[in-house]
Amino acid sequence: MNDVLKWLTDGAHWRGGEGIPLRLGEHLLYSGLALLVAAVLAVPLGLWVGHTGRGRYLAVNVSGGLRAVPSLGLLFAAIMLLGPRLSGEAGVFIPSELVLVVLAVPPILAGAYAGVEQVDAAARDAARGMGMRGWQVLWQVEVPNAMPLVISGLRSAALQVVATATLAATVGLGGLGRFLIDGLSVRDYAQMAGGAVLVAALALLVDLLGATLQRLVVSPGVTGQTGRSTARTRRGGRLRLALRS
Amino acid sequence: MTWILDHLDDIGYYTLQHAWLAALPLLLGLLLATPLGWAARRYRGLYTPVVAGTGLLYTIPSLALFILMPLILGTQILDPVNVVVAMTIYTVALLTRTVADGLGAVPDSVIASATAMGLGPVRRLFTVELPLAVPVIAAGLRVAAVSNVSIVSVAALIGVPQLGSLFTDGFYRDFLDPIVAGLVACVVLALLFDLVIVVLARLLTPWLRTGGAP
Repeated sequence: MNDVLKWLTDGAHWRGGEGIPLRLGEHLLYSGLALLVAAVLAVPLGLWVGHTGRGRYLAVNVSGGLRAVPSLGLLFAAIMLLGPRLSGEAGVFIPSELVLVVLAVPPILAGAYAGVEQVDAAARDAARGMGMRGWQVLWQVEVPNAMPLVISGLRSAALQVVATATLAATVGLGGLGRFLIDGLSVRDYAQMAGGAVLVAALALLVDLLGATLQRLVVSPGVTGQTGRSTARTRRGGRLRLALRS
Repeated sequence: MTWILDHLDDIGYYTLQHAWLAALPLLLGLLLATPLGWAARRYRGLYTPVVAGTGLLYTIPSLALFILMPLILGTQILDPVNVVVAMTIYTVALLTRTVADGLGAVPDSVIASATAMGLGPVRRLFTVELPLAVPVIAAGLRVAAVSNVSIVSVAALIGVPQLGSLFTDGFYRDFLDPIVAGLVACVVLALLFDLVIVVLARLLTPWLRTGGAP
């Protein structure tokens, strides 16, 4: 335990081309880029699937099935298949990023389509009855109502990406995973545990950031007082009914 | 392809190792998550701290958790116990919320009827509430099972043998066959776990098949 603290507080590990800040920057870059690409692909697709109901079967099965594929095996396979076709740094960077994107797409897709799908049919009908067109229904009714699940999909994807970016150090990518993998290979427990503490802290921070984002972008009409009080009234009503009968 | 046929013994051994490293934590996790989930439902004030607290554990990346285990347990880094405990933590993280929500979904009228029939809180929990929560708990268990089977393979990096060893083995020898074999075996194992849970859940909820309302 002391060795780990000593490793973490040693100033020499916080400087230079292999220091903690640089590795953290790399980790954030790999993760952020993959998450951005995955979100740009999967959010519109998920909203479209939820809105039209088309391709739902495919979306459910692809996003469910990909969860069973171990990320480590996918990473190694991608490097071995694509690596030789690319030169130098790109041979590691591009396949790794590709795997990160592939792993981030399913949770985002699932969050987006499930979010739109669970929107109250009555709200959708009311919007149509008010004369809204398809786009307006999607943008003004379905998207705000779907927000909690869209963000929670993005949060799971972010965690998946941060975790897998750590594994990418085994194939020679930078990032905080370097401390874990290098520590393992030279059996330096202080280094690998210090790195593990940093990775865990980063994941917790990312999740906290996601929770804050969720609070900021979700409309109070969806999560706020109104929603809660209806749920309570409904439960109360059911209980009264049960007691009466 | 010939590599796979020549190494069926190894693949079988790794699959068995993988199966118990994923299954044992699933059972232990369910045993721990049930009282936690029950407490979170029974005492309203506990719901948020317990569910949020266990949920946070799931955010810790697997390789980091595996490596931190010896620090907490005092074990050696190569000890499979690290993997079992870490996977149990993940299972508890996923299932506590599921158990709490599953128990919460039992209709109030059913609980009131059970109480009116003279069932005490303990008997009511085991004979009415938990059986009715089985479909929700089984759904959570399926997610946890697939996630466990996938995550266990990371333990190859800390030297615990299971299907993930085929990945590291193939990668360091620049040889694709073991990696493909490992990927296929992992997916098949995950599907098998899924199937077992679906069948068990069906056997435990005979009333759902007769068409009658629960």
